[in-house]
Amino acid sequence: MAPAGCIRINENLWEIPRTYKRDMRVPVRIYASKQLLDSMDPAVFEQATNVATLPGIVGYSYCMPDGHSGYGFPIGGTAAFDVKTGIISPGGIGFDINCGMRLVATSLIWEEVQPQLQRLVDRLFARIPAGVGGKGFLKLSQSEFRTLSEKGMKWCLKNGYAVQEDLERTEENGCIGEADASKVSEKAVERGYKQIGTLGSGNHYLEIQVAKPENILDQKLAAAFGIDRPNQVVVMFHCGSRGFGHQIATDYLQGFLRVTQTKYGIPVRDRQLACAPFGSEEGQDYFKAMNCAINMSFVNRQVILHRIREVFSEVFGKDPLDLGLHQIYDVTHNTAKVERHTYEGIKRTLLVHRKGATRALAPGMKGIPAEYREAGQPVIIGGSMETGSYLLAGVQSGQQSFFTTAHGSGRTMGRRQAKKQFRGQDLEKRLRDRGIYIRSVSYAGLAEEAGAAYKDIDQVVQATAAAGLSRPVVKLVPVGNVKG
Amino acid sequence: MPFHYLDDLTVADVAFEARGTTLEELFTTAWDATLQVMIENPISLARVESRSIALEEPSLDLLLHNFLQELIYYKDAEGLLLRIEICRIQWVEGGSKSAKLEARAVGQTIDPKVHRLGTDVKAVTFYHFDLARESQGWRATVVLDV
Repeated sequence: MAPAGCIRINENLWEIPRTYKRDMRVPVRIYASKQLLDSMDPAVFEQATNVATLPGIVGYSYCMPDGHSGYGFPIGGTAAFDVKTGIISPGGIGFDINCGMRLVATSLIWEEVQPQLQRLVDRLFARIPAGVGGKGFLKLSQSEFRTLSEKGMKWCLKNGYAVQEDLERTEENGCIGEADASKVSEKAVERGYKQIGTLGSGNHYLEIQVAKPENILDQKLAAAFGIDRPNQVVVMFHCGSRGFGHQIATDYLQGFLRVTQTKYGIPVRDRQLACAPFGSEEGQDYFKAMNCAINMSFVNRQVILHRIREVFSEVFGKDPLDLGLHQIYDVTHNTAKVERHTYEGIKRTLLVHRKGATRALAPGMKGIPAEYREAGQPVIIGGSMETGSYLLAGVQSGQQSFFTTAHGSGRTMGRRQAKKQFRGQDLEKRLRDRGIYIRSVSYAGLAEEAGAAYKDIDQVVQATAAAGLSRPVVKLVPVGNVKG
Repeated sequence: MPFHYLDDLTVADVAFEARGTTLEELFTTAWDATLQVMIENPISLARVESRSIALEEPSLDLLLHNFLQELIYYKDAEGLLLRIEICRIQWVEGGSKSAKLEARAVGQTIDPKVHRLGTDVKAVTFYHFDLARESQGWRATVVLDV
């Protein structure tokens, strides 16, 4: 329940004024319908108002419609900081740096895939490691891994794991600048260098989905993104930078705790919001290390795509390109990026933290692949394995939130509660009865991800559209799922 | 049960409260709670591999944080799930010296055929992270990112 004093600005926008906490520098803005707002746990408001106290914050501390409690920032939290006066905080990005979504088209339709579905999912499950302790197939030296963390998907292109088009259809072309592996600890490398090409666990998954004709919400944009035939099959997956990113965030969070208050005099209401001025040595070191994790995560998803292409080729006996396995887009939803935005009529350079929030550039903006320039940036919002996911596009009115929208459906039920309420085996059977074939490393993990543990994704997407954050293009329904 | 999971601190992650009559017991219990998120049957872990842990931190709570992180590190870096066999902590209340820990952990490489796996723990957060003395010993509150 939102705190007293939360004001309704319009149907899908709420504001907690600066007066809510004495040290808030800006108000909080929450994008949500009344029902979604009521479903948010109290920590969301506590965390979003804590973010509003951080130095250099510009505009508002935002929360997206899928917002739920996290640590430091809420999940769905977004905040832009002036690069000269503002901070950088690992708690505004998350431990899973560049956790993100990738969507891949095929030229196959459901009727062609259905007879092979079980084999396809079984082969994907066998070839793409998932779950606790999963190791990838790439055998890299630690030195090569460091190189990869600076080069991102350019490394994949050079080593035969990508085609040029994959890079062009990835945020930042799959390689963010200012990545410096000398700022990354040995421990982070040791945790991550054997994990390329792995999904992880929790809410990470790989899904075979179908674009049913009745779920095409914008025919023109769907066609622009490569979804152009009835019952077209697509592949969506969700994962991040694995132990590499987790360790980088841990290392720098601990380092920031030593300087946030003592050296820089920045009071924080939650130790998870430990930070450093963006321009400081500590802030820049973290930024450069964090960018390495962003690149590693792009590579992780690219190597998974490579495996997906191999599996489809094996199952259908054709070349991946003959199966139309073209990447639609790859978006990141846990980052801090330097961006140029116009705020109150002035062009400003800002460090935009998005934690469980997706960049959504409007049509015509720089940073969108040339072929999508008129359509707007593709946005991928992943839902639960029971309810489906969405492909959306950025819109001009997204300027209000520094061109940011939701990233998922958002949890409403704790993991423990979900495990008490659901059994993984029952869920697996229920999904199979509904025609969704699922393979999971962990029944406990499966139960935690039951559809009822999440908000209604249709409502979340409706709220993002009504608030003018992004435009729904296609709803994609699952038919096969691989879970960690 | 010397630890219990908390349902009201976090929606997306896992929180627990651990207790111990001694610091050594508290640290061991806090790791048991963390381990049980990743493996439902930690008793199935064979004593095949052994690792020594030596840490020194300016405060007790940072010592606990790094102790848990160190064991999470072995899970990713070497694919090992470990249980604590020996744990010794040196710390003087009110003293100016740092807190020190020496521990031996034993376990084995993760094997999905044998181990009933749960959810991967990414990190120990500082959100509501707390270590406090109470009448019967020590208590820690921990939120894990999963």
